[in-house]
Amino acid sequence: MKVELQNLTKIFPSRNKKSNEEVIAVNDFTLTIPDGKLVGLLGPSGCGKSTTLYMISGLQKASSGKIFFGEEDVTNVSPENRGVGLVFQNYALYPHMTVKQNILFPLQNLTGKDKLPKNEMIERAYEVARLVQIDDLMERKPNELSGGQQQRVAIARALVKMPRILLLDEPLSNLDARLRLQTREEIRRIQKETGITTIFVTHDQEEAMSISDMIIVMKLGIVQQVGKPQDIYDDPTNLFVAKFLGTPPINVFDGKISGGKLYIGEDAVLDVKGVEDKDVFVGIRPEGFVPSDKGEFNCKLNNVEVMGRDVSIVSTNSASLNPVIRSIVSSEYVKTIAEDQETIAYSLIPHKVFIFDKETEERICF
Amino acid sequence: MSKNSSLQVMQERDMHKVVVGQKIMRVVSQFFLYLFLFAIAFIILFPFYWMVISSVKTLDEYLLTIPTLFPREFDFANYAEAFNTANLGRLFGNTVFVGVVSTILSLVITVLSAFAFARLEFKGKNAMFAALLATMMIPGELFTITNYKTVNDFGWLDLETYGFTVLIVPFLVSVFYIYLLKQNFMQIPNELYLAAKVDGTSDLKYLWKVMIPLALPTLISITILKMMGSWNTYMWPNLVADSQNYWLVTNGLRKFSVTVDNRPDTPVQMAAVAIVSAPLFMVFLFLRKYIMKGVSRSGIKG
Repeated sequence: MKVELQNLTKIFPSRNKKSNEEVIAVNDFTLTIPDGKLVGLLGPSGCGKSTTLYMISGLQKASSGKIFFGEEDVTNVSPENRGVGLVFQNYALYPHMTVKQNILFPLQNLTGKDKLPKNEMIERAYEVARLVQIDDLMERKPNELSGGQQQRVAIARALVKMPRILLLDEPLSNLDARLRLQTREEIRRIQKETGITTIFVTHDQEEAMSISDMIIVMKLGIVQQVGKPQDIYDDPTNLFVAKFLGTPPINVFDGKISGGKLYIGEDAVLDVKGVEDKDVFVGIRPEGFVPSDKGEFNCKLNNVEVMGRDVSIVSTNSASLNPVIRSIVSSEYVKTIAEDQETIAYSLIPHKVFIFDKETEERICF
Repeated sequence: MSKNSSLQVMQERDMHKVVVGQKIMRVVSQFFLYLFLFAIAFIILFPFYWMVISSVKTLDEYLLTIPTLFPREFDFANYAEAFNTANLGRLFGNTVFVGVVSTILSLVITVLSAFAFARLEFKGKNAMFAALLATMMIPGELFTITNYKTVNDFGWLDLETYGFTVLIVPFLVSVFYIYLLKQNFMQIPNELYLAAKVDGTSDLKYLWKVMIPLALPTLISITILKMMGSWNTYMWPNLVADSQNYWLVTNGLRKFSVTVDNRPDTPVQMAAVAIVSAPLFMVFLFLRKYIMKGVSRSGIKG
């Protein structure tokens, strides 16, 4: 099912009656989510991503704008009639019911032509349980399950009525690191097997990038960029998006353009022909640095962090806006670094360097 | 620490002495603690003991100038007499009827209003709840006069026509129980409600299928407390139930006095009291856990 959002806006009235400070949680969101895709809504806390999800589910009413599922306008349809499945951050399993009863619960509420006979309900419950691999835990209560198992039960409960759209609110944030990796692959697999259009909310860029077909980066209620994970990483539209995606994060510097050259401090690091002279922010991805004796960009060397396959060289530069500069290079470079070396020179890989306007923070292409 | 420092490590001490000192302190403090507990228990239990032994004394023994602490001979006939003369069967029946009906109705009202206050959004919710809570500040006895006037205006004092209405209706709403259950409901995560909404559960079904089972311990506490309350209530029934047919156990006990020569036959009265106390005693024995929970929750902690 295709999901279309048109100028979707959510305004929360101010709590304090005297001040008229409204909070615009979601501002003029227009987007089409193609059928059968796994989409990640990504942004820092309070950027309106959960509000967007709740509006799609119908639990919150849009202040203005429209929501379409396929061709139907569902803006004013109540949650139970939208046919969505929703998985909450804390799973929201009914603690007094067994796993089986939890999964059966949505089916028992179906009315009209969706209503199922009892044996079919149970069959259906076992089918989704097998899909998320919890069919051997059906008689347990939620508090007898691990976090990962509870998560699967929550997904099974959301899937059992075969919703037209599956919504996941921070589905992995309550799991430990190892389980998170495993579960996100699981979500990907389940989504592929069922083909249900799935939207999930996360503040973890790695999570979003690793499994999504498409990600939406939001900030303060405004959509910053929409696209495939790799495209957004390689081609961010503004400084915020560039900073938000990538680990280690992008290195940002004060720089200026003068006579077709990009300067960081005193060093002319790149040719940028055809861009007018002005002060800019320069963002360089950690993998954009190549240590080289003839490198144009001089930094003070702090230390080298070994990570196995790669090493991370930590250095400083007075123009840097981050406390330290982190570059990721192949471990072979370490051998070339002398014990008492105090400076390091890099040459830069042009397509890993982004220039942003100082005022608008928008990307300047070169 | 350097030797020049003015700070010094604590002095060595005789650990044997310390241990002995600790032991003595512990014994002494335990002694006083238990002394205190025994004293309190004695003060509370003695009247019950007196009731029980008096109920099996003969009238003559009871009237001795120096009372006996243990009956010389047991006269169980008091119990049979109490049951017959005090019409205890009728009183029990009335009380159970009033107790059960008012508990059921009260539970329905409590659950529905607690749900509304805990989960639903409506205009004036907080103001309304604050007003309800404020009524808890007023001692219940103060309501007696206004309640009496109200039921009189309704004509409910005409017991032959309205039956037990006047004994049941004025006490159906308990702000305290609503508050207790509301707090309990509010501890249930809101996501459960939202999840149920997405799955198409109606408010009533959600209440029935999720909230009531989760709040069951509190509901049981409320049921027991309410039952005990109806059993023990005295002033109101005494005021409004002027026909013997509508007496509850408490007024029945107060009003019947078996007279031999126009003096109360206290052993028979005591036997009646013992009979009436027995069901509550059983309730306490079997449902102690829930009663404690309800009472401890009703403490200072909200």
